[in-house]
Amino acid sequence: MDAAVLEGGFADAARDSQSTFRAILSALSEPGTVHPVTAVAAPPAPLGPAAGAILLTLLDQETPVWLAPAFGAPVREWTTFQTGAPVTEDRAAARFAVLDTPDLAGFDRGSDAYPDRSATLILTADGATPFALAGPGVDGRRAAALPLPAAFAETWAENRALFPRGLDLLIVGGEGVIGLPRTTELLCTSR
Amino acid sequence: MTTYNFAYLDEATKRMIRRALLKAVAIPGYQVPFASREMPMPYGWGTGGVQVTASITGPDDVLKVIDQGSDDTTNAVSIRQFFARVADVATTTSTTEATIIQTRHRIPETPLSPGQILVYQVPIPEPLRLLEPRETETRIMHALAEYGLMHVKLYEDIAKHGRIAKTYAYPVLVEDRYVMDPSPTPKFDNPKMNDSPALQLFGAGREKRIYALPPHTKVISLDFEDHPFEVQRFTEPCALCGSTGVYLDEIVTDDRGGRMYACSDTDWCERVRAARAEAAE
Amino acid sequence: MYVAVKGGEAAIRNAHRLLAKERRGDPDVPALTVAQIAGQLSLAVDRVMAEGSLYDVELAALAVRQARGDLIEAIFLLRAYRTTLPRLGASEPVDTGKMVINRRISATFKDLPGGQVLGPTFDYTHRLIEPELQEPGEVATAEPVGESPRVTDVLGHQGLVEADGEGEGEPGDLTREPLDFPAGRDLRLQALARGDEGFLLALAYSTQRGYGGTHPFVGEIRTGDVEVELFVPELGFAVTLGAITLTECQMVNQFKGSATVPPQFTRGYGLVFGRIERKAMSMALVDRALRAEELGEEKKAPAQDEEFVLAHADNVQATGFVEHLKLPHYVDFQAELAMIRDMRALQERERRRAAERSEAAE
Repeated sequence: MDAAVLEGGFADAARDSQSTFRAILSALSEPGTVHPVTAVAAPPAPLGPAAGAILLTLLDQETPVWLAPAFGAPVREWTTFQTGAPVTEDRAAARFAVLDTPDLAGFDRGSDAYPDRSATLILTADGATPFALAGPGVDGRRAAALPLPAAFAETWAENRALFPRGLDLLIVGGEGVIGLPRTTELLCTSR
Repeated sequence: MTTYNFAYLDEATKRMIRRALLKAVAIPGYQVPFASREMPMPYGWGTGGVQVTASITGPDDVLKVIDQGSDDTTNAVSIRQFFARVADVATTTSTTEATIIQTRHRIPETPLSPGQILVYQVPIPEPLRLLEPRETETRIMHALAEYGLMHVKLYEDIAKHGRIAKTYAYPVLVEDRYVMDPSPTPKFDNPKMNDSPALQLFGAGREKRIYALPPHTKVISLDFEDHPFEVQRFTEPCALCGSTGVYLDEIVTDDRGGRMYACSDTDWCERVRAARAEAAE
Repeated sequence: MYVAVKGGEAAIRNAHRLLAKERRGDPDVPALTVAQIAGQLSLAVDRVMAEGSLYDVELAALAVRQARGDLIEAIFLLRAYRTTLPRLGASEPVDTGKMVINRRISATFKDLPGGQVLGPTFDYTHRLIEPELQEPGEVATAEPVGESPRVTDVLGHQGLVEADGEGEGEPGDLTREPLDFPAGRDLRLQALARGDEGFLLALAYSTQRGYGGTHPFVGEIRTGDVEVELFVPELGFAVTLGAITLTECQMVNQFKGSATVPPQFTRGYGLVFGRIERKAMSMALVDRALRAEELGEEKKAPAQDEEFVLAHADNVQATGFVEHLKLPHYVDFQAELAMIRDMRALQERERRRAAERSEAAE
């Protein structure tokens, strides 16, 4: 096993996961706004420190995780060693997924009786496309530059139409984490 | 036996509760089942709220705990002491200084601000429970958004009493989708839930449910066109601070019907009195 | 002048001091030792371990002392401690067939391999209060005669009782997952094993009086010690962690069968920590009653209603919620009070108006 697999976890699990969780909670509570992740995690490349911190905070034995092919063996081994989460190749079985492109196909969207039993997607991305957001967590309408392609608005509208079923998205970039819960209405304002 | 985890709960438990909280925020008004733990205080005494607070609190937080609007009621004192002991968290009685407010039965009179979190202790999270005791049935009703039973009950009230005879735990509709129990707050507080800038989290320990209202969520009290929702009104001001338009406790002064009214929110009352004293100087 | 009530903190401090004083009782009387409780009030300790879901005699005895003998309070203390413990693994299923027996009775066969072993039982004591308890004197050893196969195994070999079931996969754990209905038999049995003895006793009794009758026979009750083993993957075999005392009750119930399937007795199962025979029997009766749907029986009695039984069997939950009513409810009560006053005033106005109208009409 690579030594890097054993390293890069939280120095203080209780406090680091608490501060990271609060960033995620705020991000999902105020969709489209950026929330810095200050806890230090050092996962193997290409997984960034903020995304690593989020995995350390939310994953464990109970949560199978799907990782996009871009995240190779070192990331997979690190994730399982540090969190205990089993890596799955089956998108439908994943509670969490780490993506490098916003491809939502095949993940579990929960049921009408248990809409909470749906996957949470963690997308690592940078960039800035102007969008307008509305819905719970947004006071009226909010303008936000998101690292998503313009066409994502349609993909997201399909997800939103399934409410209360649906996927929830955490977008992780260099600045921190942005939340898009399934309730958020997303309009691309550059087209 | 004397060393406990930070904020009492072990990390795995906090992680499980945190995942439930995130889904709760993503599906406003929907009750997320969670594996509620046995806490060192009785079920029904705030174990759900305590588990939520324990899972979110960190070293930068300032915690306020109220019961019936007051920081000094015995159970509020007890819960505040618990967190001071196991999470080493700073505590306050000031609504404005608090980052997290755990409450039983009230929403503070002082308007909440963005970034604040209000944690409710909930005894029976299911708004339909007293109409249909079976979880298997109520789950289907929520899945189908089939709330006829609730409307029938409210309408029966009108037929029988000439009004909706519900004064607390008055059901609300969240984002036009889920009927939700606001916890046993008086209906006076219901309008404060709507479009609140604060995040509202609800924990029901014994019933093992967590639910949430993100900031700026639409929360409407159920009513009928010809019987619109109304909040309680008090005919007199607070006898201590003179506030009107706030929720008052009735204080019995003798056994012949003598009574007076004072603010249920003690922090509000003290603040108004202090401001008045300052103005008088 | 009225001032807002203050002093919650001082009141709590004082209450705890008073409690400590009452707990200690007369200071001239020696304090109870944990060994005395564990040794001489062992059935209280057993009940606390059973319903507290934690097998630790010393902790349970400490809890009984701290709770001043209030067993539900002691159960609560043990549960709240248990919840902080890490889960290191799951033991192998214990084999009650290999139990080192100190009591074993069957109501279905006069004699059977291993024999009837009465053991230490209240059953045939005359309930006369004895100011001076009898000293034990010389005790005949109560050991089974040879092998003691379980009665259900005896019947099972002949196909007369339904098979025990293989158990499907990893058993659930309602302390780690929220209970969902319908629950499997694994979770039902766990809930019953943790459930309140009094509640289960009453439900079991109700089945005997026609509320979901199951025609039970006590196939066997056995009490004794079994070894607990943990499989260690690194070693490749199971190691013994120690022994615990258990009481098992196998009820043999109402047969089922059809034109094509030969009739067989059905089972109800009870297993508890310690020597809580009443609880094991009640559990077995309620377990069987809860199998009504599975066995194609009409479901109409409380004891057959899974959601009702499981949601209300836990005494720590029940006592918390019942007792929470003593917490302040000023705010809600005020809301109700104001409404009632308002409704009364409205009715009074209408009554007066009606009276005036009828006066005017006269």
